Amino acid sequence: MRDFLLILADNTQILGHRLGEWCGHGPELEIDMAMTNLALDLIGQSRNYYQYAAELEGRGRTEDDLAYLRDAREFRNCLLVEQPNGDFAQTVARNFLFDSWHFFFLQALTHSNDERLAAIAVKSIKEVTYHLRWSSEWVIRLGDGTAESHHRIQSAFDNLWTLRGELLTPAPCETEAANAGYGVDLHAIKPQVEDKLSDILMQATLTRPQDGWMQSGGKTGRHSEHLGYILAEMQFVQRAYPNSVW
Amino acid sequence: MNTDVHQASIGDLWKWLETVVDPEIPVLTILDMGIVRRIEIRDNDQLTISDFEGHTNTTVPVNPENAQVLVLITPTYTGCPAMNMIAAHIRLELAAHGFKDVTVREVLQPAWTTEWIPESARQKLREYGIAPPEQEARFERLLFSDVAVTCPRCQSRNTEKLAEYGSTACKALYRCKDCLEPFDYFKCH
Repeated sequence: MRDFLLILADNTQILGHRLGEWCGHGPELEIDMAMTNLALDLIGQSRNYYQYAAELEGRGRTEDDLAYLRDAREFRNCLLVEQPNGDFAQTVARNFLFDSWHFFFLQALTHSNDERLAAIAVKSIKEVTYHLRWSSEWVIRLGDGTAESHHRIQSAFDNLWTLRGELLTPAPCETEAANAGYGVDLHAIKPQVEDKLSDILMQATLTRPQDGWMQSGGKTGRHSEHLGYILAEMQFVQRAYPNSVW
Repeated sequence: MNTDVHQASIGDLWKWLETVVDPEIPVLTILDMGIVRRIEIRDNDQLTISDFEGHTNTTVPVNPENAQVLVLITPTYTGCPAMNMIAAHIRLELAAHGFKDVTVREVLQPAWTTEWIPESARQKLREYGIAPPEQEARFERLLFSDVAVTCPRCQSRNTEKLAEYGSTACKALYRCKDCLEPFDYFKCH
């Protein structure tokens, strides 16, 4: 269960960190605030998972140890969430691919036979509903906007498409979690995720890229080169001043 | 030793917590928000539990000197940075009344909802310039529709959303098309 929790924790932590990078750089003040609020929600959610994972380990490690003192190979997040922000369209496309999976994943996780996981899911889905709304609206606005915005968001989806498959492809610990009843059957939520993607892309007048070979590896610790740079920044204070606390 | 002076009841604790406000929205107390879910007091091996619902009727006496107090709070949003400050203010407030052993712990279940905010608190929000949540918090409906939000200044329903996220995660930014004032809307949650 610990590995299953780490996928959830690392996905929300790393995407939260990426969104935090937009702080002070958003294309408009409202968008800047929205992205940092999304980041806050995601990092808050990751804390719930890290705390649980640390307790289950029983090795005396804390949520902070898990976030700040593991190296890239020990992170279990999907490759999608560690991708660079790029332009605003790339951030929106990345978030929408994640949110449209995250929403249906959490909806299923509310039925987990693990009471604590179900409680975290019930809590998180209220926030993620607004995340999905936000990214869906921006996909539509950019896609159905100017020629330039349409071109940019289409390119973003084209570039990120091979990374979305990993969200719906179970790692061994996820299969185990689904079988034991505390996790989510990723095959079962796939139709809902696909419908949502098609619906929003259609409203946005975008072309759905062809499904083909999909990248994977993040959930088992094989990451793109980007994760190391994220950790270098995210973990800097703990590495420079070990054991420092607020 | 005069124990009468230091005697308190659980009802008093609830009354004192009424003075702790939400740091982000200082017109609302943490009881208005429904953040405090339960107070547990262990005094001379006797455990007394008082839930938020029906807390006004609790008069069990406690001795602040010896009592171990556990206050359960629930976060509004999982990443809400106000929670640490709220926990600190709870400890300070109870310390001011002589309680030495106070623990504040977060619980997730049942998940906090804006439905717990009573009409009296909604009125305080309006007077402060924030439109209170408009409807029951059903996430399926939230996903597919926009609610009509009433302007807290001129009560017009002719308003529009400017941004899904306002000054905090729990608020959206709206504008009134009649009085032209922008305002925060406390989103359903």
